[in-house]
Amino acid sequence: MENISGTNILDEVTQGDYKFGFYTDIENDTAPRGLTEDTIRFISAKKEEPEWMLAFRLKAFRHWLALKEPEWAHIHYPAINYQNIIYYAAPKRKEFASLDEIDPELLETFNKLGISLDEQKKLTGVAVDAVIDSVSVKTTFQDTLGKHGVIFCSFSEAVHNHPELIKKYMGSVVPYTDNYFAALNSAVFSDGSFCFIPKGVRCPLELSTYFRINAANTGQFERTLIVAEDSSYVSYMEGCTAPMRDENQLHAAIVEIVAMDNAEVKYSTVQNWYPGDKNGIGGVYNFVTKRGLCKGNSSKISWTQVETGSAITWKYPSCVLMGDNSIGEFYSVAVTNHYQQADTGTKMIHIGKNTRSTIISKGISAGKSNNSYRGLVKILPAASNSRNFSQCDSLLLGDKCGAHTFPYIQARNETSIVEHEATTSKISEDQLFYCKQRGIDTEKAIGLIVNGYAKEVLNKLPMEFAVEAQKLLAITLEGSVG
Amino acid sequence: MLLNIKNLHVAINGKEIIKGLNLGVNQGEVHAIMGPNGTGKSTLAAAITGREGYEITQGEIWFKGKNIIGMPAEVRANEGIFLSFQYPVEIPGVSMTNFMRTALNAKREYKGLPSIPAGEFLKMMEEKKNLVEIQSKLTNRSVNEGFSGGEKKKNEIFQMAMLQPSLAILDETDSGLDIDALKVVAKGVNELRSEDNAFIVITHYQRLLDFIVPDFVHVLFDGKIVKTGGKNLALELEEKGYEWIKDQYLANSEV
Ligand SMILES: Nc1ncnc2c1ncn2[C@@H]1O[C@H](COP(=O)(O)OP(=O)(O)OP(=O)(O)O)[C@@H](O)[C@H]1O
Ligand SMILES: [Mg+2]
Repeated sequence: MENISGTNILDEVTQGDYKFGFYTDIENDTAPRGLTEDTIRFISAKKEEPEWMLAFRLKAFRHWLALKEPEWAHIHYPAINYQNIIYYAAPKRKEFASLDEIDPELLETFNKLGISLDEQKKLTGVAVDAVIDSVSVKTTFQDTLGKHGVIFCSFSEAVHNHPELIKKYMGSVVPYTDNYFAALNSAVFSDGSFCFIPKGVRCPLELSTYFRINAANTGQFERTLIVAEDSSYVSYMEGCTAPMRDENQLHAAIVEIVAMDNAEVKYSTVQNWYPGDKNGIGGVYNFVTKRGLCKGNSSKISWTQVETGSAITWKYPSCVLMGDNSIGEFYSVAVTNHYQQADTGTKMIHIGKNTRSTIISKGISAGKSNNSYRGLVKILPAASNSRNFSQCDSLLLGDKCGAHTFPYIQARNETSIVEHEATTSKISEDQLFYCKQRGIDTEKAIGLIVNGYAKEVLNKLPMEFAVEAQKLLAITLEGSVG
Repeated sequence: MLLNIKNLHVAINGKEIIKGLNLGVNQGEVHAIMGPNGTGKSTLAAAITGREGYEITQGEIWFKGKNIIGMPAEVRANEGIFLSFQYPVEIPGVSMTNFMRTALNAKREYKGLPSIPAGEFLKMMEEKKNLVEIQSKLTNRSVNEGFSGGEKKKNEIFQMAMLQPSLAILDETDSGLDIDALKVVAKGVNELRSEDNAFIVITHYQRLLDFIVPDFVHVLFDGKIVKTGGKNLALELEEKGYEWIKDQYLANSEV
């Protein structure tokens, strides 16, 4: 009964449109197009940065010049002209003391995104930092967080107000020498979030950052740094969208996490950058380096990601398990449709004794897209009694898309155990008909089946995010359901 | 008439399976359809419920006064046609609760009603679970995932009880059931049975018809209904098999 006319149905329902493609008309303060040392000095000057920050940027830039763009990923795209990008764009009015002062257009943007910046957020217990193009616009709840000693502010503010912390931790997990895009980001990053949870503090709110590319021809290069001191806990959420544009926009971010003894950091992402249109025109190129360092004993870092957007995704949130008994987790759902390409996965580097890692990856491909899982599990000789469990599942909708799995395992300790499971499946015509016979239309049925398939990962998201993610999965694959 | 099928021809991949079938079902009636393996019973059910890939090459299917040929499967379902599947399908990760709520709300939306309030829904779940003696540990699991054969069939009847269709087609719901489960299924059907709705019960065995007493028994052979009788026809078939019907049919068609 399989596939009698399944292909047509799937074709129809996978022609969905992007819902976040509006553009907000805000006056911008921008850098001239192109990338030279002057561009970097311009950015640094705009941000009134101290000398050491400029020095760091320039060092990274000089290193970047000597590097070549990586080619090993299973993605194809025309050469990026780095001289044709604007590296800094800021909404013109800055320094917002209260919501009233924020450009109403900007507030409207946030409303469309479903983010409320006002203190009502307190009800949902979420503190928000919003980054539009290059600048952090407003961080809510700094007072509440301050009482607990939690620092949650824009990266720029942190450079000014907490230079010791930034100097100590910036680049400690992802050095500027790490890779091509990390070097680029280190040179030109404009803003992002900084979060510091002091010893013994359980962060009273979910922390959240929304990123939005708005201006044309602009790249977004943000940096996030999270430091969790001994026995602290924080759950951090990141969301992002971009307007629909014909040209490709570059996004190259860095996220660094440090967890000390017994600390736990949960980092959740719903990535919804503009994926390009049905014919593969436009869309964000998303090259991101995310890494967490479980520095302390019994520390834990969990990455949960729902990747629905971007024309190209190149992203491997990883954990370096240095402390004994530390735990790394990676839960991922990556959906690709039309001509989207995703090459995503994780690295789990076991260094300490009794370290444990779990990888659950769910790839969903539709249209003519390509979806690859790429993962490395590395057990170093000292990591005795370490364990990894990996499960990589692929779900195909239609027969014009591709799913690939590239698991790399390097186990150099005999007392350690590495387990890997992989499956590939299709949504069957039987499942669709079963749903339809119960009155559920094709679009809703696909949403239901796909969400069921991704449930293990969606369950790991904070409640508020999970609902959004479920809707996004449905929208990405169906168009009209939401 | 609730359902009126006239001269129906159905082909799969160009091969004709149903070859001129007529069947009328009134509200309040139970029709049993019997017949050897591979004669088109499930194909008939698929044609009535609107499964894609089943090409209606000739004929009409009228339901509640509308010709439903060309009507999408989900619309037919929302109009009140329910199929208890011969082979229920597993949907991993989708809880029965979520599935049922989605189905109920789809039906309500179709009728222009708001979504069912959570409390009302849970109460209804509880009530229907008791009716088919299905345990909560099953409804908390994913749709049919890891259910035993019998549990899957009971789960079909549970869904029927939840959705309260006006026409329910039971495709071999009795196959693979132990005698207690069989009684439970029959109880579910009899509870729902009323002057307003009707059942088509596809079965190979008389024993189900002891509990769900049919008004008519039809024998499907070679894509047609070749004999229709009362409930005693089932007893006769049980005793004598299908050979005599085949012989009769073939003798007739040679003339
Ligand atoms: N998808 C299909 N492709 C090709 N032939 C099919 C398909 N589905 C059913 N058939 C054929 O159609 C005929 C009727 O099948 P159907 O399932 O309707 O029989 P049935 O009367 O329900 O049999 P059973 O009592 O075994 O359930 C069979 O010969 C079967 O092989
Ligand atoms: Mg059958």
